[in-house]
Amino acid sequence: MKNILKSTLALLSVLVAFTSCNNASKSNSGALSSSAAEKVYVAPGEHDEFYAFISGGFSGQLSVYGLPSGRLFKVIPVFSQDAEKAYGYNEETKPMLNTSHGFVPWDDSHHPDISQTNGEIDGRWIFINGNNTPRIAKIDLSTFETTEIIEVPNSAGNHSSSFVTENSEYVVAGTRFSIPIPQKDMPIKDYKGNFKGALSFISIDPEHGHMDIKFQLIMPGFDYDLSHPGRGKSHGWFFFTTYNTEEASTLMEVNASQNDKDFIAAVNWKKIEEYVNNGGGTMMPANYAHNVYDEATHSATSTMKKEVRVVNPLDVPGAVYFLPTPKSPHGCDVDPTGEYIVGNGKLSANLTVHSFTKMLAAIENNKVAGDAYGIPILNFEDVLAGVVEQPGLGPLHTEFDGKGNAYTTFFISSEVVKWKLGTWEVVDRQPCYYSVGHLMIPGGNSQKPWGKYVVAMNKITKDRYLPTGPEVTQSAQLYDISGEKMELLLDFPTIGEPHYAAGCPADLIKPRSKKLFKLEDNKHPYAALSEADTKVVRDGKTVHVYMTTIRSHFAPDNIEGVKVGDKVYFHVTNLEQDYDVPHGVSMIGANTSELLIMPGQTETFLWEPKQVGVWPFYCTDFCSALHQEMQGYVRVSPANANTPLKWSLGEDIE
Amino acid sequence: MKKTLNIAMILFVSFLISCGGKEEKKKEGFSYEKKAPTEQKIKKVESLPASKQIDLDNKGIGPISSISLASEIDQTMANHGADVFKKMCAACHRPDKKFIGPAPKNILSRRSPEWVMNMILNPDEMVQKDPLAKALLIEFNGSPMANQNLSEEDARAVLEYFRTLK
Repeated sequence: MKNILKSTLALLSVLVAFTSCNNASKSNSGALSSSAAEKVYVAPGEHDEFYAFISGGFSGQLSVYGLPSGRLFKVIPVFSQDAEKAYGYNEETKPMLNTSHGFVPWDDSHHPDISQTNGEIDGRWIFINGNNTPRIAKIDLSTFETTEIIEVPNSAGNHSSSFVTENSEYVVAGTRFSIPIPQKDMPIKDYKGNFKGALSFISIDPEHGHMDIKFQLIMPGFDYDLSHPGRGKSHGWFFFTTYNTEEASTLMEVNASQNDKDFIAAVNWKKIEEYVNNGGGTMMPANYAHNVYDEATHSATSTMKKEVRVVNPLDVPGAVYFLPTPKSPHGCDVDPTGEYIVGNGKLSANLTVHSFTKMLAAIENNKVAGDAYGIPILNFEDVLAGVVEQPGLGPLHTEFDGKGNAYTTFFISSEVVKWKLGTWEVVDRQPCYYSVGHLMIPGGNSQKPWGKYVVAMNKITKDRYLPTGPEVTQSAQLYDISGEKMELLLDFPTIGEPHYAAGCPADLIKPRSKKLFKLEDNKHPYAALSEADTKVVRDGKTVHVYMTTIRSHFAPDNIEGVKVGDKVYFHVTNLEQDYDVPHGVSMIGANTSELLIMPGQTETFLWEPKQVGVWPFYCTDFCSALHQEMQGYVRVSPANANTPLKWSLGEDIE
Repeated sequence: MKKTLNIAMILFVSFLISCGGKEEKKKEGFSYEKKAPTEQKIKKVESLPASKQIDLDNKGIGPISSISLASEIDQTMANHGADVFKKMCAACHRPDKKFIGPAPKNILSRRSPEWVMNMILNPDEMVQKDPLAKALLIEFNGSPMANQNLSEEDARAVLEYFRTLK
């Protein structure tokens, strides 16, 4: 019996030793090859390595994510009103959404692009296009706020936008839809030969980033789909894909797909700039809004501009060429060296890559195959660098890793395909869930991409997340591209329908990010910079309340003498001077959003009292332990009352 | 039953009369433990409210470890301090009476100059760690001393201004 026990024990201990040994070796191998979860894990309190600015598509906004975590940090309101931040609701930012069509509270935001210096991302501003009512916005990356919007006249479906040249000389906006220029009442069927497409070169002031339309190139009436700047050796040129070179105006899905080849338009903007600087082009009457937000006054102003300089490409010989490119090319992407121009022919089985060097040689040798409305067309074979044979179905966009590889999205076959520049061989392919549109490598549109991750922005989500009824969120996917093969790391949801994104290392932006606005720099005309400056002023039926906030009270918090039918403007200054202490405010029945006021900032909302009574207001952003006590009252008297105008704070305090 | 009603009526009427006599000194809606019972105060004579306690040795926690005050007040500096106080502090502090926070009048007879400056420059850490600052936070209803991001120079000027408040 004893023996049996002993031997059993021995056997057991051997078994235990064996299994524990086994376990140890297993966990060792697990630690050696890190998992996808580890690669995207950013520990609590730690920061992501990259910022990703992902367009909000039909939300009209721009969202800010961290990579590799896929965490959402902020939605920057750009073209749409945002009640959360009072953008487009408060008096200060309403002018930002002014256009020649009046106040437009929405747009379809598409292609963000970060400013560059010497061909590298500099992290100062990010530009994005409004597609529907053509506009370009500039967002200041020290405040993450939209600080300028310029409307683009003579444009419709502002889609081949908003891409920045390598020293941020220009942000470029091309029209997708051609239209009569100038607009006029005419039959739609007379499109062909009469409609035109405007490519707008908007100069960027190097110090403040202010935008101004330098010139518009008035091109034949094709659809200008996407574009990208030349860089390095091709700096000074800009490339635009076209479709509908058929110039159809109806049943486009058939009629605009007839030609075997459409074009990439190569525009030598340096040449046109020189022509314009010497007085070339003509000023044409126009009407477009230029809206500028001033950080000192915390207010935007809208100015209507009345003319724009237009250039006929035929007046600048040698400035514009057409490169034949198969089957309605969509994305128009230039590699980091500036040599290769990829035309993603969305109905083509192959991917076409043009050579900048060969294009220059063809121009030099005057090898012209024909012309379109007088613009020379080069020979396809003369400019072709190579073809990626049958890489997938429905190519849309290509990005580059700076290591000689390109990554192209295929919508129909729903995948990202990695291929080699120069040899045109396919290296790897990874499925997308589902039907990928754009993709983004941080710094992808520059001479220096950070080729560590690629984000795929998918058009269809279906079952990737828990269902939320018929409408589901958009779906992005993150791949590790640091090795030979791509590795899918993460799914994360995005807002609107992202069209393109821009990214860069956090270190480029993080140190410049503002924490607050200094009260001493506040030049808002209605600011109250201390409680001593608070007051209520009546001017006829308009009442201005100069109000302040600090933890945890409004000054004044009791107001009397307001009457039914008044227009009451609450100008609220947040006196806090500490990071992340905003205050909010709203008034019962106000027909607008709350205000969300950052430290040192002044914002204004309008309240039109309609009923007699005593009506409360309160702080809408939980600010302190006494946040619930941050409240006040306005007494509203009948329109014909004689209640004297009075305001106070804490009069009954001992 | 009738009797009780009558008594109640009488009580109610007498209440109305006593109340209606003076318009200004109307009683509040209710008075249930609105103020802390006075017996407790008598019991704990030794625990003064933090705002009245005197501690001139505590230098607080923050960037200021030691400063020496000249015997004469620097009037130029004090004027600048008054200006800074008006812009950055007056939303919560009145010079000579309790407001959202305590009055700075005679503060240097209760606190060390270092403590005062550290409270201005480093309020977040002070209310977490300094016993007096912690007690003050409670005494003043949990209303936090806001960090107004003053420079050391401006905080020093505010201190000089406080010296003039007597």
